[in-house]
Amino acid sequence: MCGTCGCQDGNKATVTNLQTGEHTHIDAGGNITTHTHDHDDHHHDHDHAHDHPHDHDHSHDHAHTHAKAHGNVGTTIALEQAIMQKNDALAERNRAWFAGREILALNLVSSPGSGKTTILERTIIDNKNKTNIYVIEGDQQTANDAQRIKDSGAPAVQINTGTGCHLEADMVMEGVKTLKPKPGSVIMIENVGNLVCPALFDLGEAVKVAILSVTEGEDKPIKYPHMFQASDVMLLNKIDLLPHLNFDVEKCLDYARQVNPHIKIIQLSAKTGEGMDEWYDWLKAQSAKASEQAFE
Amino acid sequence: MHEMGIMKSVVSIVAEHAKAQKVKRVLLEVGKLSAVMPDALHFCFDVIAKGTVLEGAKLEIIEVIGQAKCRACGQEVELHQIVTACACGSRDLERLSGAELNIKEMELEAA
Repeated sequence: MCGTCGCQDGNKATVTNLQTGEHTHIDAGGNITTHTHDHDDHHHDHDHAHDHPHDHDHSHDHAHTHAKAHGNVGTTIALEQAIMQKNDALAERNRAWFAGREILALNLVSSPGSGKTTILERTIIDNKNKTNIYVIEGDQQTANDAQRIKDSGAPAVQINTGTGCHLEADMVMEGVKTLKPKPGSVIMIENVGNLVCPALFDLGEAVKVAILSVTEGEDKPIKYPHMFQASDVMLLNKIDLLPHLNFDVEKCLDYARQVNPHIKIIQLSAKTGEGMDEWYDWLKAQSAKASEQAFE
Repeated sequence: MHEMGIMKSVVSIVAEHAKAQKVKRVLLEVGKLSAVMPDALHFCFDVIAKGTVLEGAKLEIIEVIGQAKCRACGQEVELHQIVTACACGSRDLERLSGAELNIKEMELEAA
């Protein structure tokens, strides 16, 4: 539930535009409602502009109706349908949308407290005049993270998933519609801090980037293998704290490669700036790739 | 617990196909590498099916073992769990299957 207005019980997610304060609610059926709260005006005659665009992805499923009649047992109907079909179709739509606009979209995944938002803040500040960065922030509650991003100078939108433990493709699409990113820009999607569920939900990103900090256990990659296998890059953050910890870096890198032999690992500290240049070089190369691929 | 959301999709897809008919049985195919736990699915199914045409239906789950090809030696490898090494020692495996999450079939009650 949205911590700001609390008026959307039963909704799946709330998208808050930090630039305008406008709220968009996505309900469980995919219906979308947008409205602004005039927080100085306590009349609360919610002028809900119910603009339900009804663009639900009506998956015209191929229910092969091979109806086998088993006497009086019942009728068995073969469905052969992917459970994640709706999300996957929307994710592909997002991917095509990004590709056509030469936009690099990254899905940042980690446990809570790994330093995702701090890495983003520093990335935005250090690349101020070089890259257009937009941020979609996912959290169960509060717009604190999106506010931090906005304060560092990038347009941000906050998605509150309520009780939901991950972002889904339709929420990202709603966030993108709100942000209206420029062609050639970079969209950072900061997923809900969780190393389990986000591995399963494609958002249409080019790459999943897993973030692990040295204040966590070095065995996280083998404890949560799905996430580290689904990610192409791992950022090992907070390395400035290594002298104070018993974190075995080599062991951690070895675990990560056991799970995913091709994972690219960048060791950095968003606090001191150490290693950040390697991350920026990778970003630059990926962004260039997104431009080239648009015309393939 | 993402099994809840996944089960909501299952119930909504099956209910849509069943129209108003009562569903007796649902058969799912779940890959061993799908990050979804069959036990959790069973638990969620009873909760979510309540009050729908699926209430009281039997949930059957076929678990599918993953298949991969070793990029080092070319051998086919069975994946019973997500972190696996080939007999040759390489962990560089190209996954061919094992992440399935499908609704195979449903059985409707005889009219």
